[in-house]
Amino acid sequence: MSTVVADAHDAHDEHHDHKPTGIKRWIFTTNHKDIGTLYLWFSFIMFLLGGSFALMIRMELFQPGMQVIDPHFFNQMTTMHGVIMVFGAVMPAFTGLANWMVPLMIGAPDMALPRMNNWSFWILPVAFLIMLSSMFVPGGGPAFGWTFYAPLSTTYSADSTALFVFAMHIMGMSSIMGAINVIVTIMNMRAPGMTYMKMPLFVWTWFITAFLLIAVMPVLAGVVTMVLTDKFFGTSFFAAAGGGDPVLFQHLFWFFGHPEVYIMILPSFGIVSAIIPAFARKPLFGYASMVYATASIAGLSFLVWAHHMFTTGMPTVASLMFMYMTMLIAVPTGVKVFNWVSTMWRGAMTFETPMLFAIAFVILFTIGGLSGIMLAITPVDYQYHDTYFVVAHFHYVLVSGAVFSIMAAAYYWLPKWSGVMYDEGLAKLHFWCSLISVNILFFPMHFVGLAGMPRRYPDYALQFADINAIVSVGGFLFGFSQLIFLAVVLKCAMKKGEKAPAKPWEGAEGLEWTVPSPAPYHTFDTPPEVK
Amino acid sequence: MKTRRTSLLAGLLALVATPVAWANDLQLNMTQGSTDMSQHVYGLHMLVFYICVVIGVLVFGTMFVSIFRHRKSRGVTPAKFHDNVKVEIAWTVIPFLILVAMAVPATITLFEMDDTDDSDLTVVVTGSQWRWHYSYLDHDVEFQSILATQNEQIYGRLPKTENYLSEVDRPLVIPTDTKVRFLITSEDVIHSWWVPEFAIKKDANPGYINEVWTRVNEPGIYRGVCAELCGQGHAFMPIVVIAKEPAEFQEWINAEEERLAAERAEEERLLSMNMSMDQLMETGRNIYLAQCAACHQPNGQGIPGVFPRLAGEGVSVGDRTQHIDIVVNGVSGTAMQSFQNSLSMSEIAAVITYERNAWGNDTGDAVQPADIHNFIQGNQ
Amino acid sequence: MSQQNPNSENSSIITKLLASVVIMFAFGFALVPLYEKFCDLTGFNGTTKNTAAAEREGMQVDESRWVTVEFTTRADRGAPWSFRPEVRSVRMHPGEIKVVNFIVDNHSSTNRVAQALPSVSPGEASLYLNKTECFCFEQQPLTAGETAVMPMRFFLDPDLPQEIQRLTLSYVMYDITDQAQSGQTASRSE
Repeated sequence: MSTVVADAHDAHDEHHDHKPTGIKRWIFTTNHKDIGTLYLWFSFIMFLLGGSFALMIRMELFQPGMQVIDPHFFNQMTTMHGVIMVFGAVMPAFTGLANWMVPLMIGAPDMALPRMNNWSFWILPVAFLIMLSSMFVPGGGPAFGWTFYAPLSTTYSADSTALFVFAMHIMGMSSIMGAINVIVTIMNMRAPGMTYMKMPLFVWTWFITAFLLIAVMPVLAGVVTMVLTDKFFGTSFFAAAGGGDPVLFQHLFWFFGHPEVYIMILPSFGIVSAIIPAFARKPLFGYASMVYATASIAGLSFLVWAHHMFTTGMPTVASLMFMYMTMLIAVPTGVKVFNWVSTMWRGAMTFETPMLFAIAFVILFTIGGLSGIMLAITPVDYQYHDTYFVVAHFHYVLVSGAVFSIMAAAYYWLPKWSGVMYDEGLAKLHFWCSLISVNILFFPMHFVGLAGMPRRYPDYALQFADINAIVSVGGFLFGFSQLIFLAVVLKCAMKKGEKAPAKPWEGAEGLEWTVPSPAPYHTFDTPPEVK
Repeated sequence: MKTRRTSLLAGLLALVATPVAWANDLQLNMTQGSTDMSQHVYGLHMLVFYICVVIGVLVFGTMFVSIFRHRKSRGVTPAKFHDNVKVEIAWTVIPFLILVAMAVPATITLFEMDDTDDSDLTVVVTGSQWRWHYSYLDHDVEFQSILATQNEQIYGRLPKTENYLSEVDRPLVIPTDTKVRFLITSEDVIHSWWVPEFAIKKDANPGYINEVWTRVNEPGIYRGVCAELCGQGHAFMPIVVIAKEPAEFQEWINAEEERLAAERAEEERLLSMNMSMDQLMETGRNIYLAQCAACHQPNGQGIPGVFPRLAGEGVSVGDRTQHIDIVVNGVSGTAMQSFQNSLSMSEIAAVITYERNAWGNDTGDAVQPADIHNFIQGNQ
Repeated sequence: MSQQNPNSENSSIITKLLASVVIMFAFGFALVPLYEKFCDLTGFNGTTKNTAAAEREGMQVDESRWVTVEFTTRADRGAPWSFRPEVRSVRMHPGEIKVVNFIVDNHSSTNRVAQALPSVSPGEASLYLNKTECFCFEQQPLTAGETAVMPMRFFLDPDLPQEIQRLTLSYVMYDITDQAQSGQTASRSE
């Protein structure tokens, strides 16, 4: 993707007509396309790293008994896998897409705050270097899960928790800066005539996501600060001995954590809502209801946090309230799925790779959504909670949901980014390998969870052995399938492929297709007119 | 060519048939359990599951029809419609009604679970890293329950036996057809007490108590696990509950009270005499492997930065009284718990002796039960 | 659409967004006392008030009902004492006043300070469990080797919901010697 080269457009660019080359270009860049590219590469590297941690886990779980790693390291792997995938892979990938596409979609010359944009990217690798370095200090890295429940993360954790907290603070800052940038850009930089209700859904979903980020990332910052002071400075926010309550930690964490879940899926909705109409050659069904559904999902996300905590011992009335609210989220989510299906209905579809990933997204995300409804039912959740059923649920939503949508987006916009068409054969191979292996990986987890296998177990009873072996095989297949994606992207980055036209997809709509491919370094210096 | 195709077909058939073969001895669904409540939960689970399957079939069915029929390669021209208020209202309202249909039985079951009517037996369940402690509130019976699977099985030096990681040294015993109330709490981090066949999963929060209850219908052995990440021994603190007929339970608890009383008498006797070095080392080794090895490791090497090393350094070769203090009282703010209430004085004496003489520590110290007694009484 | 003067418009939005960030950060911390208050009012996490309730004049003893109150105790990990109730449970009428003694045995050879913190199950019952006198209201100084007998005088509010027939009061006795010396105190609700 590091392929955005200057072309004729730069010549009649008034303000900056030079572009630094080499490493300096990337370090000091304030160009939204460069920063988008940096974000996307960073997230892909983190995806491979987090994936390799997952493969460590799957290797250990291939058969019962401890063979490869010890339980303490296993817990570090589950923690790091979660943290890296959430904060290092999915969120930066979306921020990268927003950087690249939001200005192009609303007809803006760049993001509103380009220098801050540079900072918000470059502190991210720093945060992850700190996070990863914590694994090399005595006592090992964080081993309390990405949810870092107190007091396991306070009194009973290794000293590296300080590094964990520090890294989380930096990631939070990066996300908040990114969110501010997106909001200001969307509010102030739209081309004339681009009213809110004309914005592409990807812009809308990101707009709402950015507000969610502003609302909850500071709460996360507060929680990690409390963990830090509880561990090192003698406060007792979560220590029963000092009058605190460990369950309070979970309330605070999930007050952040549940909206966070939607932060990781709302932009996916936007991507899929762009791709399905393009390949069905038919306008998106129910644009306005999509916007309202997204907003109501975001609103409801603040009222459901305790559904992660049904077993902590809540009064029945509270459990009921959270159960009802959670079930209610199924309504706007259902509306979205029905809208996508209706968009496909009586269209004229073709099945290039972006469309394949988008269709897989709709199906697999819906499976994750349906298991979500099952999990919402409090009395049954007592049996599902903290088992592999939950692991299956959120991986369906996050891997075959969020990650698949990011893949779809990458294939959809790669011609625009690189100027060449990706290798459709390799891409289809990547799709089918991913689709099959992701299901071998995650579908059997439902069974092993229902049969009673808890999550975050480095070792398990013999009756779970067969399914775990299958899951591990699926894990390795899925992991290695992603190298095909790397190959496809590298081919595009090296300009090996057919030259892409400005609009490579027959049914695609939007301002991004009005600029040449690859998109020039500076676009929309004169705002386009939107009718 | 022909044979290759046949073998390919046979292979595919085998692949399809395998799940069927498994289904007989492989559990793929939630247990129905052994209490009325667990049956209700199972029923609710299946109800919601079937509703979800129907929704899935309808939605995906429509999609597949569309994918099959409405493709450009079939020469269709795309329609232009992009909204339809009636349809949109319908698919907002109908899912809502379906959700209500699910919420009603769920609410009823939840209220059934929240039953504070009087119970006949209360058991206090205390989790700690990484064992469960059970205490019968109205009886002089309390004990801890530790994983019984040997390390050799976990690390593959011995074949794994049937109840690998689901067996404990001392199971919890409860009566059938009786409302048993469990008060659940923790000494250190959060644990979660889960017995799938009772449909009970409740977090053990340090400093707070939670309650759940059950009424088991059938005598039998029920196995459970810890369900909340509690550190590196998380997978190694299983739960075993034996349900006995009420009369048998009464017999058991009486015998247990007597046995524990006899143990205390034996303790008194041991206080007045010295155990031999061999006896101390033998008992000490067993206690160490069961109680200490999870953290300090079987070879006493500990885990750098987390669990102190005992071999050749630290308290095991240092001051004897301090060593006793740590084992008896624990170290506050760390994972080192107090063993005063969970081990007898002779056991504490034995394990300290073992630590001071194993792995080449060879201090030659023999710590006697009386030493522990004196320490606790503050005479030392 | 707003290309005329984007910088001033940007800064006004940025100011508002940054203010929201600060407010949400503060809100995270504000949730801590809010949660405590909420628990006090609803019994959400089963803590009882650690302050004396007034004995009510002319409170009716509801002799038609029996309620069992159970006691469980635990010394915190590392605390050098044993701690137990004199009786494991009492059967009482709502409105009736009872006294239960708790016994703590300091094994250590130093003077210590202890603080007991309560938890009640079911949580809702904590609203109706009123202590007029309790060792748990204050820090307990324990001299070396001391055995202290500490009373708790309490009653159940006659408004206790009918369906609650058995409740448990649990105490954990913490060693707060270090904090007491440095002037900090442990309390759960005020």
